[in-house]
Amino acid sequence: MTDLLPTGHRRIHELKMQGIVKRFPGVLAADHVDFEVKAGEIHALLGENGAGKSTLMKMLYGLYQQDEGQIFINREHVQIRSPQDAIKQGIGMIHQHFMLIPSLTVAENVALGLKSSRGLRLDLDVVAKRILELSERYHLQVEPDIPVWQLAVGEQQRVEILRALYRGAALLILDEPTAVLTPQEVDQLFHILNQMANDGHALIFISHKLHEVLAISQRITVLRDGRRVDTIPTEGATKRILAEMMVGRPVVLEYERVECKPGKERLVLKKVSALSNRGDLGLKNVDLTVHGGEIVGVAGVSGNGQRELAQVITGLRPTTEGEIFLEGQDITGKSPVLLNSLGLSHIPQERMIEGVIKEFTVAENYILQDHGRKPYATNIFLNFRQVVTRTKDAIRAYDIRTPSHETPVKSLSGGNIQKLVLARELSRSPKVLIAAQPTRGVDIGATEYIHKRLLEERDKGTAILLISEDLDEIRALSDRIVVMYEGRIVGEVKNENVDVNQLGMMMAGVTS
Amino acid sequence: MFDELLTAGVFASAIRLATPYIYAAIGETFGQRSGVLNLGVDGIMLMGAFASFYAVYETNSLLLGILVALLVGALLGLFMAFISVTLQAEQGISGIGLYLFGLGMSELLFVKLLGTPRSVDGFPRVDIPLLSDLQFLGIGEIFFRHNLMVYLAFALVPISAYVLNYTTLGLNIRAVGQNPQAADAMGVSVARVRYFTVTLGGMFSGLAGASLSIALLKVFQQNLTAGKGFIAVALVYFGGWRPTWVLAGAMLFSFVNALQLQVKTVGIDIPSEFAVMAPYVLTIIALIFATKRREQPTALTKPFERGE
Repeated sequence: MTDLLPTGHRRIHELKMQGIVKRFPGVLAADHVDFEVKAGEIHALLGENGAGKSTLMKMLYGLYQQDEGQIFINREHVQIRSPQDAIKQGIGMIHQHFMLIPSLTVAENVALGLKSSRGLRLDLDVVAKRILELSERYHLQVEPDIPVWQLAVGEQQRVEILRALYRGAALLILDEPTAVLTPQEVDQLFHILNQMANDGHALIFISHKLHEVLAISQRITVLRDGRRVDTIPTEGATKRILAEMMVGRPVVLEYERVECKPGKERLVLKKVSALSNRGDLGLKNVDLTVHGGEIVGVAGVSGNGQRELAQVITGLRPTTEGEIFLEGQDITGKSPVLLNSLGLSHIPQERMIEGVIKEFTVAENYILQDHGRKPYATNIFLNFRQVVTRTKDAIRAYDIRTPSHETPVKSLSGGNIQKLVLARELSRSPKVLIAAQPTRGVDIGATEYIHKRLLEERDKGTAILLISEDLDEIRALSDRIVVMYEGRIVGEVKNENVDVNQLGMMMAGVTS
Repeated sequence: MFDELLTAGVFASAIRLATPYIYAAIGETFGQRSGVLNLGVDGIMLMGAFASFYAVYETNSLLLGILVALLVGALLGLFMAFISVTLQAEQGISGIGLYLFGLGMSELLFVKLLGTPRSVDGFPRVDIPLLSDLQFLGIGEIFFRHNLMVYLAFALVPISAYVLNYTTLGLNIRAVGQNPQAADAMGVSVARVRYFTVTLGGMFSGLAGASLSIALLKVFQQNLTAGKGFIAVALVYFGGWRPTWVLAGAMLFSFVNALQLQVKTVGIDIPSEFAVMAPYVLTIIALIFATKRREQPTALTKPFERGE
């Protein structure tokens, strides 16, 4: 085994983290964690949100400092105090939120933080040449001179990987790299990762998606509540075993769905168009119908009009054309308050921004939108007794884990906040429910709960529009699936006879 | 009537009047490009103006005047950087604090050390040989018969544009202002870049003050700047954070200013209050139409902390 990688940089034969401890105020984010990765290996780090995966890796990349524990590279003890130190040691990281600067070109993004061969002057042409060499070597096609904001998400990720290689990353940490990709892009990414492993790179793949971990890794380390549960070889592991390790108890992976009995048309969109925030048409000529007692899933890669769709229906974004009907009544351009009283509920995509007011207490958030109506208010006065009793009922009924109804929402976990939003939106017994990314960033336990509730709601006869970038979620819950691409609905399928490849093609804009 | 208004003298005076705005706004551009809004520009200008004036008044050394302005500007810039980068204070508020400090301190020093407004000889006019004699369209008079502070201000614009766009330092500054997390992850020290730009901005503001007190007006009095530093901050927005456009904004503003002075001189019958208002009204209108640009630093006014 040679000591050099094809990029000309030194290999990391073996990296070990030993007894790593990290404390945040009130939380033990890493509790004596041991972890190791070897050259040529893809080692998956699996765990729920908040299990400590990202924290552990941020320590490896110098973004956090561990309180205890040591890191060894090729048996040598190393101190990593900053990203600069990590880069020097040959460690690269692809962050969950890309660390690219949209207004800069690909070459500028790559050159950022590097010494120029021309001293103070930038040497972007030299950088561009080397980028092209690397992109050929690793089949990562990128154009060096294009500003990053013009690139699709998958391409941006290629730039990130390329940049890490450019900086001589012998070890690459990928933090939830597939979250924003189509199934085809995921395949491409896996292809690249396998090639890198074959060339002798060490790779750490962070994920909470079981099937991806099983498909790409050689070993899997599972974290739970800041502790390492175990490290096992991928061969012989199953989804069920991994899920149990992650959650600490048996988990339902597939739901039993009774047959869908669609009722009357509840929500109808006729040729609806709307502008996006950038000012172009974000939603184009959308026709859509949701019946009572049915879940319609909207699949698509992030940023293809899903957000605009949810906002248009819930009165948060004006339409430029078309009409929207709720139980036959034209609701185009009506205000959110009115829509609310007509029986439209909304679990918004941005939970912390649109879903709750994070400084407010659980009780205050629970009565939001209804706080001016009975039973919470009499004329202009709030009726605190009702507020408290009803909130307490909801906390119990929805199993919201909170110290009290007076706790500020921001100190709750994502899953519990989402259960609170769900409780509030369902408390109105809606006729139509718009659920946008209802389980993003939510732990498996809460996800399971939210999914069950949504299915119950459907069986009660509510019309549910489920907008999600998580294909597994769409497939687990929906009766019908529509796919959005560039603001249009490009396809519709029944869930029973769906083919993931076909869905993926539609999500990428390929229509056969 | 237009012949009387649009004379070469008016254009030349527009260029002179633009000088302090150029220094201050270019300096502020560096700070804002890296994500720090310094509203204290006017306060630093006042301190720079007084310090350089007093140095020149006492020693008659113009060089010393400039050095003192740079030093005072650097210290106040460093102070602003400490407050906004290290202490992560609310930038808008701390800037106003810095302004009020500069306003009060320069006045106190003025009253204690000078008492009454006095004048100095200051920077003399330096005519560029040959070029200053150009008669065609009055080019000689408009561009080549100014003092050194004017020439230096205009030279700083292309230099600043070059530094921002074609050097590693400039790339670091732009990156830190757009996405400090990303810059940090790539090994750029956000704090160091911001300290540098804000201190540099302070030095430029000091020069802006000096250009008023020892080059343009050659006097010092209370509140000499009369809010010019705030106009400079507005010009940075107007110019879309690009030095050449900031210069264009400064020129437009100063041209209208020179024009309204000429209106008075020629004796056109417009209430002088309206004439004086004109440049400011124009600035507001221009700012309304100045659209958001891609250069706008998205991290402007946001302190950076590693981690989430």
